[in-house]
Amino acid sequence: MKSMAELEAIRKKTLERINLRREDESDNVRVVVGMATCGIAAGARPVMLKFMEEINKREMSNVTVSQTGCIGMCRLEPMVDVYMPGKEKVTYVHMTPEKVGRVVAEHIVNGRPVTEFTIGAAEE
Amino acid sequence: MRDLSLHILDLAQNSVRANAALVEIMVSVDESRLITITIRDDGSGMSDELKERVTSPFATTRTTRKVGLGIPLMMQNARLAGGDVRIDSTLGQGTTLTATLHGDSIDCLPLGDLAGTVVSLVSANPERPDFRLSCSSPKGSMDFDTREMRQALGNVPLNEPEITAWMLSAIQEEIEPIFGGVIL
Repeated sequence: MKSMAELEAIRKKTLERINLRREDESDNVRVVVGMATCGIAAGARPVMLKFMEEINKREMSNVTVSQTGCIGMCRLEPMVDVYMPGKEKVTYVHMTPEKVGRVVAEHIVNGRPVTEFTIGAAEE
Repeated sequence: MRDLSLHILDLAQNSVRANAALVEIMVSVDESRLITITIRDDGSGMSDELKERVTSPFATTRTTRKVGLGIPLMMQNARLAGGDVRIDSTLGQGTTLTATLHGDSIDCLPLGDLAGTVVSLVSANPERPDFRLSCSSPKGSMDFDTREMRQALGNVPLNEPEITAWMLSAIQEEIEPIFGGVIL
């Protein structure tokens, strides 16, 4: 098994990062994935894991990934809400792990929502 | 659902919502390839009345909608694979759900990504409850417990990206030799 000693090293590194983040909370980004029965069945888990992987890879300490239940639009799942500071919430629908890379790069890093993946584009 | 690990993710969330302190997920495959999945919690448990109707798709504790498909879907897939779902619950003490499936059945779903399921559960609920995953097959067994992680991590939340990444690879590494080639 991966050793607990390894975990100890991660703990130290993470503690430093958490302290950095606490100093500046104004640029915190939230990614919320729908993970009720409908979301899970439509493939929300690999989408969420992909977001976590990308955020870890890019060492984006200001981004948190969380989960929510069913919001009643099961046919559009997997759905992901992105909350950027000072901006309106953007809702992505029919998400796939392949789409996650673009959302992270274009929206979360560069601040331009990927319009074609949003609920607005899907409902037209 | 496309695989059993997704059912487990879905059903374990019932335990979380029942305010459990510990959610135990046990997956075992025996010599005859009978798969047993147990999800046990020490949450609020169910009244006899709720227990009666909980396998119905029209039973739910949420108030926003009138359907709850987690248990019925698991039951459907278990029965398709020659097994069933059993629920034992005591109000105030907790609930144990046991699903059985025959691994040799053509309709038996693959096991799927159990590590991904555990990491999803832990990252969504970093403070409470604790999760334990135990897996066993004729090839061996493993045990993963977030209480041990908490001891090593102190006050660092379990949903930090480096930690979830570590968890994912640690669990995958342990599960591989147990289930790899059997039903994955």
